[in-house]
Amino acid sequence: MTSLSQSLWAEFRAAIGDGGVIWSPEELKTYECDGLTNFRVMPLAVLLPVSTQQVQAVVRICHRERIPFVARGSGTGLSGGALPVAGGVVISLARMKRILEVDLENARVVVEPGVINLEVTNRVSSAGFFYAPDPSSQSVCSIGGNVAENSGGAHCLKYGFTTTHVLGLEVVLPDGSVANLGGNTLDAPGYDLAGVFVGAEGTLGIATKIILRIVKRPEVIQTLLAAFPTANEAGSAVSGIIAAGIVPAAIEMMDSLAIQAAEAAVHANYPQCDGLLLVELDGPAAEVAALMEQVNGICHQHGAWEIRVAQSEAERALVWKGRKAAFAAMGRVSPNYIVQDGVIPRTALPAVLDQIDIWSKETGLRVANVFHAGDGNLHPLVLYDRRIAGQEHAAEHLAERILQLCIDKGGSITGEHGVGEEKKHMMSKMFAEPDLQTMQRVRCAFDPLQLSNPTKVFPRPRLCGEQPGEYKPHVLESTGVAERF
Amino acid sequence: MSQPSLSVPGSPQELAEVLAAANAAGQAVAPRGGGSKSDWGNPPIRTDLILSTAQLNRVIEHAWADMTVTVEAGCTVASLQATLAEHGQRLAIDPLWPERATIGGILAANDSGALRLRYGALRDLIIGITVALPDGTIALSGGKVVKNVAGYDLPKLMTGALGTLGVITQAVFRLHPLPRLSRTLSITPSNPEDAQRLILAIQNSQLAHSALQCRGNHASVELDILLEGTEAGIDAQQAAIHSLAPVRENDPDVWSARQQLWPVEEGEAIVKFSVLPSQIADTVAQLKASRCVVQATGIGHAKLKNDVAPLRQELESKGGSLVLLTPSKLDAWGSAGDSLPLLRAVKRQFDPNNILNPGRFVGGI
Repeated sequence: MTSLSQSLWAEFRAAIGDGGVIWSPEELKTYECDGLTNFRVMPLAVLLPVSTQQVQAVVRICHRERIPFVARGSGTGLSGGALPVAGGVVISLARMKRILEVDLENARVVVEPGVINLEVTNRVSSAGFFYAPDPSSQSVCSIGGNVAENSGGAHCLKYGFTTTHVLGLEVVLPDGSVANLGGNTLDAPGYDLAGVFVGAEGTLGIATKIILRIVKRPEVIQTLLAAFPTANEAGSAVSGIIAAGIVPAAIEMMDSLAIQAAEAAVHANYPQCDGLLLVELDGPAAEVAALMEQVNGICHQHGAWEIRVAQSEAERALVWKGRKAAFAAMGRVSPNYIVQDGVIPRTALPAVLDQIDIWSKETGLRVANVFHAGDGNLHPLVLYDRRIAGQEHAAEHLAERILQLCIDKGGSITGEHGVGEEKKHMMSKMFAEPDLQTMQRVRCAFDPLQLSNPTKVFPRPRLCGEQPGEYKPHVLESTGVAERF
Repeated sequence: MSQPSLSVPGSPQELAEVLAAANAAGQAVAPRGGGSKSDWGNPPIRTDLILSTAQLNRVIEHAWADMTVTVEAGCTVASLQATLAEHGQRLAIDPLWPERATIGGILAANDSGALRLRYGALRDLIIGITVALPDGTIALSGGKVVKNVAGYDLPKLMTGALGTLGVITQAVFRLHPLPRLSRTLSITPSNPEDAQRLILAIQNSQLAHSALQCRGNHASVELDILLEGTEAGIDAQQAAIHSLAPVRENDPDVWSARQQLWPVEEGEAIVKFSVLPSQIADTVAQLKASRCVVQATGIGHAKLKNDVAPLRQELESKGGSLVLLTPSKLDAWGSAGDSLPLLRAVKRQFDPNNILNPGRFVGGI
């Protein structure tokens, strides 16, 4: 399909009102990509429902007409998850942005998918609560998008990911029916379909209502900055902290190029060094005090030449602002850059950093490293200049080599950005074909026609009509004891 | 009906082959770990073959510096914990019968315990899984790193599926350090309202307790609180709790109260129920159970003699659930709500011939 018929236009308009349908090429252009801008596809239309019923109405039309659809939140995703599909429509949840219910007693908040991540915390912070998953884009990204991507953030080392904080979901399935997965209480009888839906990157349907768990703000939060001569020494300090049985709320590592960029952007007052650690501890005051002293000692022991603890809430906020701005700040030190998202077992860090350094020197491309050191999530930023012939290609190649290195070290091709369009070809390097086929059985159960964000996540679709797996003769047959008629 | 045969494969490959052969022959298979919870769920409509993981019992890799472990399904919880303790670590769960219960079994039955309040349930601790499917496929999902969003989260799908989708052969978990110090405190509330008030007050405080349970029955309850950490941290928190209500130090044995609900006598049933934290005291009053153990998460277990059907109806009407853990004429599960067609569709995809524990799960799955 290359355009929608008059009658379909009329049907979509009747379903969600004239104001809910975007069709002019100028306006559609806004939706041709998400945060990953090197992939662009023009959708046939963008539909902006305001209720579950309206989402159902447009999905039913898509289902009947076999029109693929892509759900979209704020469009901040970094793997092309919200990239439109050729011949398909985009269903934007941006107008479904009500916080439906706040139950402080039970630490639950019910939201529509278009609610912005930070708004949840803002709504409950006066009562001493916060919503724990904090991706760097938290001031603009939506909860619906977080659900699709199972977004993490710096604090997931201690608090977990989006999936840890989603108790239940109301979803519109690809045939337009509604199902409630999980619920307000824990362990609802049945398979943990909420657990599978979160992180499925919009390939199983559209979440229209989300029950979130919120967390009580700890009594004390302290952030320590430690400057090390090299990233390896910073890395061994992290190992020391973990070996001492301390689980910080966050451990972040930045190298000199990342520090330089962050400094240029927000003047976070970071010490200039090759390995900066940012360790955050939270909890009861007495507990934090005891552990902070220990962390301090471990950092000293591993060669930190400067250690300071953020003394005020403002200072702490600035430290985090620098870290969270690090990606965008790369624009200040390089005309173009690729943000990569790989995961390695933390202990593989020194070897991986050394290898990246060798490749960087070989190719002449600078690589900045921002690292969630506690959980092994590495964000190398490959810097390049598009105006120099061949450099973009070389940068893409280097970024992919780094991912392959993550796989070789027993890690993952994505810790929080998702597979989306960008990394689906890497899935078959991380997983064997039977693994991918098995995952896609879930897809066939939810979306046998493959209409919901098709072409994402998996390198090849599975034909849902086929009998799963190949026929294998029974042992009695192969040994000639029995025959099959 | 003839006795089911028993197969105890020596490798995941062999297990997958036996499973595929049974599938081809239309034999109904009951996967089995330690057998400690084999009467959970509805009785399967048929069992031709018991597929035991007893020989798959190795701890494959304790990557202590990365705080992860790869373990085979047939390893008992106690034996895994003993291995992890050599490096001062643990899988932060406290399931039933750890000496007998296997990793595959607790995953299939989704049994964690009181520590769930702080460390999450098994679904939150498992990071990778390997399963054998009826057609002989051996599939892996997740991985060995704590943070990973590549592909669908099948570790969560398999957790709590009670062996109806595939047979778990191996799992990878994130670990936690063993606590430096633990202290169990107890409070005796003056009445159920007082107990409810205290539970919510502790939950909504800035304490970092690891577990909080309400133990007793409609006549009287006790609250138990588990503090873990440094001595200074625990002392300060104990003082903070004391300002809410008088506390006393107690024996850590109180955390086995759930396990002590077993065994049951004729006419008794044990149920697992789930309600909102604010409904705990009301629920304990309604159940009229001889004994209840409810975690502050809202998940509780109770031993009772009365008719559970009306109780289930009452809890379901408020968004909760009630599941029978002991054999009964009544369906073990209760309602799966509007997701039942989806549950069935998932089952059909993984086990189209319906050979894995047929009829044992929710909605006759």
